[in-house]
Amino acid sequence: MKDVRILHGELAPGAALDHFAAAHPAAGGIVGFVGKVRPDGEVEELELKHYAPLTLKGMEDLAEATLARWPLDGLLLHHRTGRMSPGEPIVLVAAAARHRRDAFEAADFAMDHLKSDAWFWKREKRADGWHWIEPRPEDHADLARWK
Amino acid sequence: MSVKLVFLGKLADLAGASEKDVAGPLDWRGLLDALPGPLGEAARGEKVKLALNGTVLADKTRLAANDGDEVALLPPVSGG
Repeated sequence: MKDVRILHGELAPGAALDHFAAAHPAAGGIVGFVGKVRPDGEVEELELKHYAPLTLKGMEDLAEATLARWPLDGLLLHHRTGRMSPGEPIVLVAAAARHRRDAFEAADFAMDHLKSDAWFWKREKRADGWHWIEPRPEDHADLARWK
Repeated sequence: MSVKLVFLGKLADLAGASEKDVAGPLDWRGLLDALPGPLGEAARGEKVKLALNGTVLADKTRLAANDGDEVALLPPVSGG
């Protein structure tokens, strides 16, 4: 039903989605979202830190809240931690449902909450060194849509 | 045995380490005494939360940790 993971190595979205689709053969549709380290020219490297007792528990609670809100066959939340380069996938969210609207909305909901509400601390390496990142105001606005 | 402090995000930079062991039992006053300079100031800040053994405290000033416990200092999250 739910597949929630914190990955310490690479994220391979294609393989994970294939596996997820095979696990939910009765679904009428599957929505997958892949978030990447945005290549914006200035960022050389990104590092995500997490605190396992809170981060995984928080992601599991988010999965439960998503499953309670939409009729889904399955939900996948995979998030990387550690150091990564621009262009690399950092997060994969997938929702399998009988009908596409539920899958789209559930994936959108889960992603908005992961983006601003999950227990991750992020820093970027630029030419002048490492900088800790706080959520953007847009991220909180995205979250408010679901209240 | 001791109380393990875990520093997340920029607090690890201020601490110069991601963990530190201090003698238990440990209350809020004892925690601040164990955190010198800017780290103690940051811990006092409104946005920094404390978790005891993986549970976020509603009121960090009521911290009561014993030997073997883990206290995490949590600055505002960046999100994923």
